[in-house]
Amino acid sequence: MILRRIVRFYLEGFRSMTLGRTLWCIILIKLIIMFAVLKAFFFPAYLKGSAEEKGERVSAELTERVETEY
Amino acid sequence: MEPIDTSLVDWSRAQFALTAMYHWLFVPLTLGLGVVMAIMETLYVRTGREFWKQTARFWMKLFGINFAMGVATGIILEFEFGTNWSNYSWFVGDIFGAPLAIEGILAFFMEATFIAVMYFGWNKVSKRAHLTATWLTIVGATISAWWILVANAWMQFPQGMQFNPDTVRNEMVDFVAVAFNEGAVVKFCHTVVSSWVLGAVFVVGVSSWYLLRGRHKEFAHASIKVAAWFGLAAALLTAYTGHHSGRIIAVQQPMKLAAAEGLYEGGNSQGLVLAGVLRPGVDWTAPTEEDKFLLNIEMPYALSVLATHAADGYVPGIRNILEGGYTLPDGNPALSAEEKIRRGREAIAALSLYRAAADDATKQMALDMLRENFAYFGYGYLKEPADLVPPVPLTFYSFRIMVTLGGYFIVLFAGLLLLRTRVEQWRPVLWCVVCTIPMAWIASQAGWVVAEVGRQPWAIQGLLPNVAAISRLEVSSVQTTFFIFLGLFTLLLVAELRIMGKAISTGPETDTPTA
Repeated sequence: MILRRIVRFYLEGFRSMTLGRTLWCIILIKLIIMFAVLKAFFFPAYLKGSAEEKGERVSAELTERVETEY
Repeated sequence: MEPIDTSLVDWSRAQFALTAMYHWLFVPLTLGLGVVMAIMETLYVRTGREFWKQTARFWMKLFGINFAMGVATGIILEFEFGTNWSNYSWFVGDIFGAPLAIEGILAFFMEATFIAVMYFGWNKVSKRAHLTATWLTIVGATISAWWILVANAWMQFPQGMQFNPDTVRNEMVDFVAVAFNEGAVVKFCHTVVSSWVLGAVFVVGVSSWYLLRGRHKEFAHASIKVAAWFGLAAALLTAYTGHHSGRIIAVQQPMKLAAAEGLYEGGNSQGLVLAGVLRPGVDWTAPTEEDKFLLNIEMPYALSVLATHAADGYVPGIRNILEGGYTLPDGNPALSAEEKIRRGREAIAALSLYRAAADDATKQMALDMLRENFAYFGYGYLKEPADLVPPVPLTFYSFRIMVTLGGYFIVLFAGLLLLRTRVEQWRPVLWCVVCTIPMAWIASQAGWVVAEVGRQPWAIQGLLPNVAAISRLEVSSVQTTFFIFLGLFTLLLVAELRIMGKAISTGPETDTPTA
């Protein structure tokens, strides 16, 4: 019963939106661009593999970068 | 291993700065305007006047536009951590994990729940329940800011952790030291109250525009009165917390203070630069024959008082910090930059030895050496002492812009309170207030420039400079995403300004437009 009232509260709220519809459209477009385009194609996780492999990779970077940089 | 291209460091920093500064266009208005609208709704509940309800609803509408445009812009920063700053993310992961998880679970859901009641609940829940939801929305947003600022404060002065050489990660050993240290508390207070100032400036600016147009006068006067009182209190609190912040920076980040003051040669009884012009192109990493200032008007002793609470207190300059030898606030002698770099390289060599060691005795010896020098770990990546000097002119001028505008806001709010409704007759003043709106954002962004540029070259103070923190990517891929963001952010900003402008142009429903 309470759950139904909560659902109805949200449904009525969304239905009565005016400016809110535009704002929700912008939010959804933004999220789609962020996750379906930017995250998928431009921001892959740089460190891959198990925690141990990631640790090895960072360790190699941190210990060797100092020697090769200067 | 191929060396890191220095332009990769610069582009990675530029990309992160662009994203963070864009995100910060929305956050302070959410925090500031949120409190103003909640105060107005409180007035509605206390007085029962419909006028205050409509006033609160109008500012709530603008709050909603800003919230919708700003929501999720911070997620891009998380993407960048994983892709562009992978060494950094791995190195600090266990410290950032807790604050950011708490932020996500507690504050975000709290915000998201109550914001629905705030917008959909008019006439559906009781007045007091609605008011509670409004206050909890802004409390949720503020708690979100707390955890993000805790993470930032940790990068400025890492504490409450221990480095684990087996995982190459820092692990939290003292949650209270991470979440409630003095630096984090003061940073939170200063950032939040300065956001309140921004919200108040926005409200008085928009209200002044209505007065100039001869529209919604009762609404505009009432909004100015509430926002000016709120803004004055917030601006004074900003100055107070800023003073504390300066004291903490003097102890924890003396190089940042020296850069913000253009202080090359420090000493006792140092004056604070009230107005100054730096000599263009001057070298801030070494002594020069010519004065590093073209113009320097100082308030005697003020910097020493700010930094040490004593008129004759010692404040180190850039040269002193690089050369060391002076006495630190804790009584120990300051090490020279060269000595710190040497110890840093020992720490890195110890980590390398520890991970390569086959027997326990060598491992233990390497671990002891690492623990002894870990506080200087990041210095090992620096080529020379001069690398420790941040961009002085940018830090110096940003600090002055922030402080000057902060002082101006105090005068502005006090002036509006003195003029009261007579302000309507003073059209130049009203125009001045309208033109002040962008200045609030300039002051807020300048504050972050001081905080972040002033702590260069560090991603994590003392432990990890940017050159070691970034991922080994192609410069072109970082440039590509930089320009994608620039285009995307510009489009979103134009969309927000248009929607916000239209909502302001339509105005509140409190009375009929008279002009």
